Amino acid sequence: MRILVVEDDPVLMNGLRVGLALSGATVDGVTSCADAEAAISAGGFDAVVLDAMLPDGSGFDVLARLRAAHDTTPVLMLTALDETPDRVRGLDAGADDYLGKPFDLDELAARLRAIARRGHGRAAPVLRAGGLLLDPATLAATLDGTHVPLSRREFAVLAALMERPGIIRSRAEIEERMYGWQEEVESNAVEVHIHNLRAKIGRDAIETVRGLGYRMRAGA
Amino acid sequence: MTSLRRRLFLVLFAATGLIWLCAVAWISITSRAELEHVLDARLQEAARMVHSLVAGGNLSTTPPAPLSPEGYERQLSCQIWSLDGRLLARSSGAPEEALSAPAQGFSSRVVNGEDWRVFTITDTEKGVRVMVGDRVGLRDRLVRDLIAGLLAPALLIAPLLALLIWAVLARGFAPLSRMASEIAARDGEDIRPVAVDHAPSEVRPLLGALNSLFAKVEAARQHERDLTAFAAHELRTPLAGLKTQAQIALAAPDAAIRDDALRQILVSVERSARLVRQLLALARLEAAPAQKPSEEAVPVGPALREIVHHSPAAPGIVVEIDPALDDLARKVDREALHLVLRNLHENALQHVTGPGGIRWRRIPHGVCVEDDGPGIPEDELPRVAERFFRGRNKSLSGSGLGLTIATLAAGRMGARLDLANRADGTGLRVRILWPDAHGA
Repeated sequence: MRILVVEDDPVLMNGLRVGLALSGATVDGVTSCADAEAAISAGGFDAVVLDAMLPDGSGFDVLARLRAAHDTTPVLMLTALDETPDRVRGLDAGADDYLGKPFDLDELAARLRAIARRGHGRAAPVLRAGGLLLDPATLAATLDGTHVPLSRREFAVLAALMERPGIIRSRAEIEERMYGWQEEVESNAVEVHIHNLRAKIGRDAIETVRGLGYRMRAGA
Repeated sequence: MTSLRRRLFLVLFAATGLIWLCAVAWISITSRAELEHVLDARLQEAARMVHSLVAGGNLSTTPPAPLSPEGYERQLSCQIWSLDGRLLARSSGAPEEALSAPAQGFSSRVVNGEDWRVFTITDTEKGVRVMVGDRVGLRDRLVRDLIAGLLAPALLIAPLLALLIWAVLARGFAPLSRMASEIAARDGEDIRPVAVDHAPSEVRPLLGALNSLFAKVEAARQHERDLTAFAAHELRTPLAGLKTQAQIALAAPDAAIRDDALRQILVSVERSARLVRQLLALARLEAAPAQKPSEEAVPVGPALREIVHHSPAAPGIVVEIDPALDDLARKVDREALHLVLRNLHENALQHVTGPGGIRWRRIPHGVCVEDDGPGIPEDELPRVAERFFRGRNKSLSGSGLGLTIATLAAGRMGARLDLANRADGTGLRVRILWPDAHGA
């Protein structure tokens, strides 16, 4: 799950980066409306955490412009204003969820998983491909009832492939899901992780589509 | 009297009544004069007629029985006297006493307690004196009846007129009451402007004033909302950061992440502590009554050096203090002076991020501080002294209260702050200006 955090407070930004990464998300952060709009329009985020009061404007305006441009990226508003009228205003402006400060980190992560899931058109919290189950909430994977130990990166790769069964994911897309902007992308990391995953969940589970990328095999 | 309608009604009704009364007075005066003239002419004519009928001295002296006059009948009375003073003849109703002193022409006289108007013809040839007169009381009655005839319908019509005026006024004031009920029907939240287009021109200035008041109220409300929002943001964001970092410290699997989270918690607590200190300073400034000028002059230079000593600058930032400030002392509240200097210094420290300097200088009428920070966007300059306002160039650790406190504290010591971007490059220049030269 790749998350964009728009927040200008350095301590909170650090907390969101580290905290959401602990729950398995890849986090990128920006501190202004302008940067947020640029980042979101570049695409690739499963969800956005948007602060309402930013140095160069209001998060509500960013949201309104986003929705006016038919951008459907799920957005969770994170603001100090959490009276009922504020929540109503935020949700009506196009937010998918609304959380007041201060908040619980676990709740924020759960809400982000929920809106990201909905964004991908899924209702079930657990990802499933044949006998393979992936639980984004606990970062646990089971194959036919047996626990499969996965690293954080492996989990991210597998989640990216399983979110849309049958759809081909390019190498670049998978890399985006594994690394934030500030992280060094290791060359052939994707290949290495796919190789390791195949060893853990079966050689035929992930199909290589030459020149395009990877996808989960339908019958796996 | 507060009802415009009632007042207008009374004024209109009284004015109409007054005009009527004037008309009545005028008519009564002119008709009385006219009546006198006509009646006098009749007297004269009647006297001439009687005189022409009289043959010299052959009148019987048997007077007819006098009758008391009723109505306007027997209004005229006639006497014929011989020149030696014998009453030769008189009309019925005429008194036996002479109506007039022997004379010629018109005269007035009281006979038997009644006022008479008499015309006398004395004829020496015929040896008679003819006197024709009428009672002044009767004349007055004639005039009174005439006036009464005029007044009676007027008095009958008066209530109708009042009703008409009242109804017309009600109609005239209908737009006002429509507007009043429209505004009265609104709830407290609804302060949209009232439509001015269809209002009578007399009411428009009032509506205009009302609308501009609405606009002011709306602006004040918006300001209040902004302030609440800023305050909530500034107070809750550090709390959210603290909570998040604390949860990370509890949940982190490895020690490095845990240590980093604890360090972030320390930073956040320091910031929150400063915020609380500033909030308390702000509350004290707002609650304190206006200070009397202190008896003791407080030197600015040493106070400034103490503040600079307690707020260590980051490496690469040079703080210069003009030695001339040591000679500047003002009779002001010591705490207010410290608040101004400390908050301006901290504000400068927060905004000078790279290598650069903060320069405190003495200027005519005050103190000036310049920094090498990014300055303040021109459009934000009027707002930076608002509580919790942090502009686009905000520092990472600011609270949005420093300049508010500095401005209030400056006011407390009779000075004012002048904020401007430096003309010679980037950075802010703040001047503390005392309008007078006393105590310097």
